[in-house]
Amino acid sequence: MNSEDLRDKRREFLKSSALIAGGVLLNQFAFAGGHSSTDDTIKIALIGCGDRGTGAAFQALSTTANVKLVAMADAFQDRMDNSYKVLSDKFKEKVDVPKERRFIGFDAYQKAIALADVVLLVTPPGFRPMHFEEAVKQGKHVFMEKPVAVDAPGIRRVLAAAEIAKQKKLNVVVGLQRRYQANYRETMKRIQDGAIGDIYSGQVYWNSGGVWVKKRQPQQTEMEYQMRNWYYFNWLCGDHIVEQHVHNIDIANWIKGSYPVSVQGTGSRAWRTGKDYGEIYDNHAVELTYADGAVIYSQCRHFEGTENRVDESFQGTKGRTYLSAGNHGVLWDHKGNEIFSHPTKGNKNPYQTEHDELFAAIAKGEFKFSDAERGAKSCFTAIIGRYATYSGQTIKWDEALKAENSLFPDQLSWTANPKLMPDANGLYPVPTPGKTKVI
Amino acid sequence: MKIKTLLTTQLLIISCWSFAQEKSYTQQIEGTKLTFTMQAVPAGEFLMGSKKGKADEQPLHKVKLDAFWMGTFEVTWDLYEPFLYKDYETAHSTGPVPANVDAVTRPTKPYLDMTFGMGKENHPALAMTHYNAIQYCKWLYARTGVFYRLPTEAEWEYACRAGSTTEYAFGDDAATLSDYAWSKENSGGKTHPVGQKKPNQWGLFDLYGNVGEWTYDQYVPDFYAAQQSGTAYNPVAAPAKLYAHVIRGGSYEDASQELRSAARQASDPVWKQLDPQIPKSNWWFPEAPFIGMRLVRPVKTPSKAEILAYYDQPVIADY
Repeated sequence: MNSEDLRDKRREFLKSSALIAGGVLLNQFAFAGGHSSTDDTIKIALIGCGDRGTGAAFQALSTTANVKLVAMADAFQDRMDNSYKVLSDKFKEKVDVPKERRFIGFDAYQKAIALADVVLLVTPPGFRPMHFEEAVKQGKHVFMEKPVAVDAPGIRRVLAAAEIAKQKKLNVVVGLQRRYQANYRETMKRIQDGAIGDIYSGQVYWNSGGVWVKKRQPQQTEMEYQMRNWYYFNWLCGDHIVEQHVHNIDIANWIKGSYPVSVQGTGSRAWRTGKDYGEIYDNHAVELTYADGAVIYSQCRHFEGTENRVDESFQGTKGRTYLSAGNHGVLWDHKGNEIFSHPTKGNKNPYQTEHDELFAAIAKGEFKFSDAERGAKSCFTAIIGRYATYSGQTIKWDEALKAENSLFPDQLSWTANPKLMPDANGLYPVPTPGKTKVI
Repeated sequence: MKIKTLLTTQLLIISCWSFAQEKSYTQQIEGTKLTFTMQAVPAGEFLMGSKKGKADEQPLHKVKLDAFWMGTFEVTWDLYEPFLYKDYETAHSTGPVPANVDAVTRPTKPYLDMTFGMGKENHPALAMTHYNAIQYCKWLYARTGVFYRLPTEAEWEYACRAGSTTEYAFGDDAATLSDYAWSKENSGGKTHPVGQKKPNQWGLFDLYGNVGEWTYDQYVPDFYAAQQSGTAYNPVAAPAKLYAHVIRGGSYEDASQELRSAARQASDPVWKQLDPQIPKSNWWFPEAPFIGMRLVRPVKTPSKAEILAYYDQPVIADY
């Protein structure tokens, strides 16, 4: 195929994906009006202009595809301004986002999505189902960060939209970047070929010292405070078992090629007990039980001064494996002989690989990536982990997926109250196993 | 009880100042139970570089240095974490954290586990940036009132050589290295608690291997060529750019060749590729678990203004 044919195919592909969506003709006109329909450029919208969002835009704009950032959206003006400055300084002519295409507010995402071929969904995870649904409705290809939701109703929305995305042949990449990291891919390939037999147990960890915290500022409404300090509120973050540990839990599901049927566990707050830390726990220990009886143990904590680890180990009928984000990927037989070891140096950046592969597919007019379903199911595994630690009960997958308890606020505005509010001392109600009902 | 602790601490600090320059000493981190030791390194001259080494180690040239103290060991997590975690520092302090200590800018909490599962107690702190290492020195200054800083590249090599002119302080035979160092050959791919191997002639442990060590200098491949006329006095390639800085000593990941006294390593932006945020962290290198730090204290204490100028250089944003 010559380059002319390829361009036609890609243009046709972008166009047909968008047109299949019902009710998007208006948007189609809007975007045709702003940009020439014969233009070969892949237009990108960034939804969520924080440090990670800016990072995702960096990666998208660093691909070899003919790309241009044409719209940006964020809830906050200051995040928008910082992000725009950095991006326009660094990428110059690849950033074409005049003021009127920098949208601010809770509804900014819809306007930005309408102007693009590919959208980057990089806000706090609580908003993801709503944003993903809209992107699919408007017929756009998607890169979205993990987690893709924080509760069962959110997961159901993502699963439903994922189906439609497949029908429309929209490429969707989820930022579980270990899936795009060479050591994981190479090791997993060998495991799937039977190198260490069937996996019957494993241990996955994210034990670290915790992350940032934003102090409450005078004049902030409760909604603004929670949005700024989003890591500590479940409607936005899902607790660190979801926000962070989902990476390792996803590896458990990947190696099993399935999802747990039930989850039980325990957790609490030990280090982070003050009012700056919202409602979330700082430790979770969870057992994931799969249909074949395999049990995988998962542990995550945010403690200061303790030993840390972030990695995965699994045991199979013929051997065992060790994997980590630090590019490890080792296989041993039961006698301790090394079968395979991935080189830890000289690996490609997996965050860049996600975007390289996504944009290469889009540029060629290929439908290659539909990560949304498995991303949603791995996120749901982490969510039912939280349901288990908060309630102290064994949580069954099928029952939990039907749960109706949405954490999302009834109304989105700076003056509306989120569902979780502090008491007179500024402290938030913290889940208590045995008392707290999650489903 | 509190008054007594305070008095003892003051006495200890006074006694430090009255030490003869040649004496090694123990530094208490005021208000905590933490201590570390510093070895006296005498003023002197030496030949820097190696004839047999790589191009950036040449030419061999004369360097003259003032006296200083150097950390007996690499800075461990035990000594580093009170700086990293404010709550942890509070929990492990014998009294309230003084306001000047509290005001020091601290690292952002690393998103990943920066021990990379290699262990923490008595293990060297690692994966911090050059900026982070200097800010740690600033925190120590606030805690102790003593000017601690990174070694210059010349100071590092001089202290490492400890009078030797061979490839290693103990001679030229790399086979002996395992008595002195955790390298690729014997480390099992990870760091080890500091001080388990033999020290060099000046009582310094783990200069070779375990973790590479930050120096203050900008990495200038041909820096030595400019120094070769006469004797360079306290030479330093003052850093002005974010990349690259010089790292010395090699690590648990490096082969013996990279652990020689004269071997130089340059920091690399690729060590931040696993940081998915923009701007990238000023504090951490998620792909450099092999970089740590060692402290130096010059015998001639600079003025307070010079000390603050050393610590308070503008942060260079990393995109």
